Amino acid sequence: MHAVHKILAAASGNDTVVPGQIVTVKVDFLGVNDIYPITMTGFDEMAGKKVWDASKVCLFLDHSSPAADLTAAESQKAFRHFAREHGCQVADINRGICHNLLHEWGKSRPGTVIVITDSHTPSHGAYGAFGAGMGATDASAILIDGSTWFAVPEVVNIRFDGVMQAGIMSKDLALYALGKLGTEFATNKVIEFSGEAVQAMSMDERVCLCAMSTEMGCTSAYIHPDQTTLDDLKKHTNKAYVVHETDLGFAYEAVYEFDTSAIKPQVAIPADPGNVHDVQDYEGLSIDQVFVGSCTGGKLTDIEAVARLLKGKKVAEGTRLVVTMATKEIMDAAIEKGYHRILLDAGAALTTPGCGACIGLSSGILAEGERCASTANRNFPGRMGGAVTAEIYLVSPVTAAAVAITGKLNTMGSAVQAAPVFVSELPLSDYNRVAAQ
Amino acid sequence: MKIKGKMVVYNHDNVSTDQILSGPFLYIKDPKEMATHVMQGADDTLRERFDKVGKILVAGSNFGCGSSREYAVSVLQGSGVQAVVVKSAARIWHRNAINLNLSVLFCKDLPDAAKEGDEVEIDLDAATVRETAGGKVYQGEKIDPYILNMYKEGGLKALMRKKSKARDKAGNAPQEAAHA
Repeated sequence: MHAVHKILAAASGNDTVVPGQIVTVKVDFLGVNDIYPITMTGFDEMAGKKVWDASKVCLFLDHSSPAADLTAAESQKAFRHFAREHGCQVADINRGICHNLLHEWGKSRPGTVIVITDSHTPSHGAYGAFGAGMGATDASAILIDGSTWFAVPEVVNIRFDGVMQAGIMSKDLALYALGKLGTEFATNKVIEFSGEAVQAMSMDERVCLCAMSTEMGCTSAYIHPDQTTLDDLKKHTNKAYVVHETDLGFAYEAVYEFDTSAIKPQVAIPADPGNVHDVQDYEGLSIDQVFVGSCTGGKLTDIEAVARLLKGKKVAEGTRLVVTMATKEIMDAAIEKGYHRILLDAGAALTTPGCGACIGLSSGILAEGERCASTANRNFPGRMGGAVTAEIYLVSPVTAAAVAITGKLNTMGSAVQAAPVFVSELPLSDYNRVAAQ
Repeated sequence: MKIKGKMVVYNHDNVSTDQILSGPFLYIKDPKEMATHVMQGADDTLRERFDKVGKILVAGSNFGCGSSREYAVSVLQGSGVQAVVVKSAARIWHRNAINLNLSVLFCKDLPDAAKEGDEVEIDLDAATVRETAGGKVYQGEKIDPYILNMYKEGGLKALMRKKSKARDKAGNAPQEAAHA
């Protein structure tokens, strides 16, 4: 069995499980997001009386924070009421995004089963947890009896061998894999990320990789807990956890190997996360809005990368920079380290921690025909507010920062970087030269 | 379990949940109002076609990719769609369809051959689609008995209500897993 199979076996009371087998799994943590008030009506429709274990539930008011319109406000009001009635925790509109909050709270732990009504739940695989996204009706059922069914998935392995080049981030690696493998190859499977480059990644970078795996169609992602994981966990929790080991000789359904050192800055062009190219092939394309944010690209590492590039610089005339940090704690750290000041001085529009423009409900909606360079995870038509002709280009935070400076897609960000320390020493005149192209 | 009806054919791949029901419409409470926005991100004509042409949606591969919003299922149901035949579908969308009792069949050959307005009969147990005119049968992917059972029970809500009733009858029995 793979480690992930052992997690499912333990959570379903089985000694072993095999791919394809349908098992009933006890859920360690359930998250419900504010865009699904139907979770509560579903609970009533299922004749639910009390929540199975209120300490294992959190209602996250993160998709419209603060409430951007009346319907969002009504939904959030109903969630707060439900929480009071049932004793559940609420992460209100000032806290940030569900996934990143769970990492901070030490709830993403090896061996745990996490279900959230948000598709990017595979991000918890960075902590060796089994994290799967589900719909509201599944969440209603879990609220009642704390368990749900899974078809045990096959496991595929994506190996990133070699070393990331200067200025390259895990977002570039994820986009590269999406470009090569597409958005459907991992449907109903778990993706284990491994290899030298993954081992060298920080937790923030691993979270981005696992969050992006959602766009590959997987049920969940997995990075085997190592010292980096354990050290990070120590900072957030002293609760026990189990690190399962994959059996020797376990056969992955497929193994994909990439030479990381060959990977250049990547961009997913409209309108599919798998439509990936080298940024250099689209150099000079003018951009109306740069969005730095989301569970995928709004973490402290991402904010730091952007701030280092923007220090002493201004956002290009005619281009907007919207920065939405993933959580309040990240914002605290950004203020403390001076990143917040740098971004403000550069001309960024800083918004409340939360999903923000990624989900298209507030804080940076795009008009018809506008182009946005985004550190988030999706670029489907209408994604960022409903304008079907708006174009979204998915990039890494380093690339996003470089775009904010020139107002056009460019690879200057990685050209000036020296891994692992980012340095923004390139004179403004060089950026202007790119902008003039 | 059989479903007969006329087809609305949208033979495209990677229709995302953002296209089936876009962000701005996520909070709409009234199902009828939400249904007016069905698949607006993909093709504006589909709403009327669900109304006038047929109740069986036929599409390509990786249908419903993207977010976990189950409105991407309920908005189709709200538009009158009774069954969906696709080459393949994204995991969460498919799971939501099962839970909400929207019949889904995977059939690699039908979408390329299907003609809008033609009548077919879907047999979920046999996993087949039979053209009324001509009688041609397309074989789809067999459905796992666990999932077929959920369809037969009427979806997850019906199943959970059944379990709740049984639990209440049993008195103080502890709440058990509903999906055993």
